[in-house]
Formats: sequence, structure tokens, C-alpha cells
Amino acid sequence: MSLELDEIDRAILNTYQGGFPICERPYQAAAEQLGITETDLINRLQGMLDKKQLSRFGPMYHAERLGGGLSLCAMRIAEEDYDRVNDQVNAFPEVAHNYARDHAFNMWFVLATESPDRIPTVLQEIEQASGYRVYNMPKKQEFFIGLKFEV
Amino acid sequence: MTDIEHNTLDDLDRRIIVATQSGLPLVSEPYTVIADEVGCSATEVMKRVTRMLENGIIRRIGAVPNHYTLGFKGNGMTVWDIPDEKVKQCGEMIGALDFVSHAYERPRHQPEWNYNLFAMVHGKDRSEVEKKVQLIADMLGDDNRGHEILYSSRILKKTGLRLASAK
Repeated sequence: MSLELDEIDRAILNTYQGGFPICERPYQAAAEQLGITETDLINRLQGMLDKKQLSRFGPMYHAERLGGGLSLCAMRIAEEDYDRVNDQVNAFPEVAHNYARDHAFNMWFVLATESPDRIPTVLQEIEQASGYRVYNMPKKQEFFIGLKFEV
Repeated sequence: MTDIEHNTLDDLDRRIIVATQSGLPLVSEPYTVIADEVGCSATEVMKRVTRMLENGIIRRIGAVPNHYTLGFKGNGMTVWDIPDEKVKQCGEMIGALDFVSHAYERPRHQPEWNYNLFAMVHGKDRSEVEKKVQLIADMLGDDNRGHEILYSSRILKKTGLRLASAK
């Protein structure tokens, strides 16, 4: 696994999935901890981002706490209508990600709206446009998500 | 729902969020770059980022690994039917496993959809995901009244979340 990562890349990933210092020169401070130079750390992070080994680097925001609406929605769409409904769903700017999944519930998308009360409105609009029911599955509870993905 | 937290965000906080949504600048003094962009001092940016980290608006600061390119080609959305009164206990147990990246309670839509606990399970391939799912099923025992693994077959759309608007 982790094909192109060398030992230092791994140490960076395993050490800094959180807890990155907040100071004037955070890369310098973190590099010192890792025993490398600031430039080396910056270049390695850029390299891992370029190779898409990292999705991103920086602060990870808690979307619900920013005041917007967020929900996971699912649909059960007949094969022959799938492409049409897909186009209709994706046309909504509020649809952030959309995944096809191998299941009777075969379309799963995340709805992100500027305010929570927009969620039901957009759901209704998608139902009207597509002629299919949208199952709204907002998060009711989130369980501890550790900083633990070891590479 | 979480009005207390987001009401404490002012306009400058929102500008900082927008400026860092795609990441922390990869330069020697990233907070200075952000400060120039949002129009305040680096000290002020650091103070606000620290505060947002403390009150949970920022979950954490660091690297977000891409499971897929790091060799975890099997990523299954697992869904479980757990008695409501046990969902917290079971969710915490599953969320603590090192191959699970997210675990949430979500509403059922009976009779079509009976599952109330969702967990993303990562493995090198599907057979490893299935082994791990079996491990979870064994841990849950009778609290598991049914489960499925939903693999994604295609990404239909992927844009960034519109996390904040600085108006």
C-alpha cells in the first residue's frame, strides 16, 4: 500500500492529521518536530497534494456549525430514468457530491444549502423535477472520529 | 440546532473561513498571507483560528489523506439496523475502529429503509472491507438486526461544499 510515500511522508501524515501548530511559521515548527527543514515539509505537502495522496491540507471545518444546511439524501431510480434524473439532480447548485451506488437506493447525494430551512425546499424541487421521492437522511448524531488513519 | 456556535462568527471569521476552505497556504508564513487577503493582522487571524478550533468550528488542522490513492481501493458505505436505544453505544464503538472514517446516526424511512447507523469502512479491496464488516457484525452481536455494504460505482458530481458565504 501507500505506494509512493517514503518514510518521511508517512511520518508527516501520521503526525499531522490534526494538531498542526498555529504560529507565525507553522511549517518551520512542524518541520522541527519531524527533523526536516521547513522547505522540505512544504515541498512534500505540495507533492502529496499534487499526487492526490492528500485531499487537502489545512483547517477542516465543521460544516453544520457554519450556519448552513447539510444533509445526505438518497433516491431509488429506475434504470431507464437514471441518466435523466442524474442530470436534473446535478443541475441543482446545492448538490455538492453525488454518488451512484450498487443498491436499490442507487443515487446518494449531499445537499449543502446556505441556510438549514432551504433543505426541504430544495428536496421538494428535486422531487418535482424528477418525479421521484427523495429520502432525506440528515445526520442525527455523529460518533467520535479519531485521528488515526495510519499510512 | 447549533445556533450558538455559528452566531459567534462575525464577518471577519467568515472571510477567514472562505480564504482557508481550500487549504492553508503552503508558504513560510501562511497566516500573513491570509491576513493580507482578509484585511487584518496575522496575529488576529491566528487568534480567530485558535478560537474556532477551540469551539469546534474547525475540527482540526492538518493533512486530510485520500484513502483511495493511498491504496485503500475498497471503500464501502456500511449501513446497520440497530435498536434506537443502543445506537449511541454501538456508534461509538464503531466510530473508534481504525478502519472506519465516519460514523453517523441517520433517520430510518420504513418500510423501504430500516438502517439507522452509517459507517464508512476502508480496506485495500472489497474482500478486506467485507472482512472488516464481519468483524463489526461480530462485535455488535444481537444489536445488529441487519446490515448492508453500499459500494460507490461512479462519482456523479463532486464540487466543494459551499461552506460559508462572506456577505
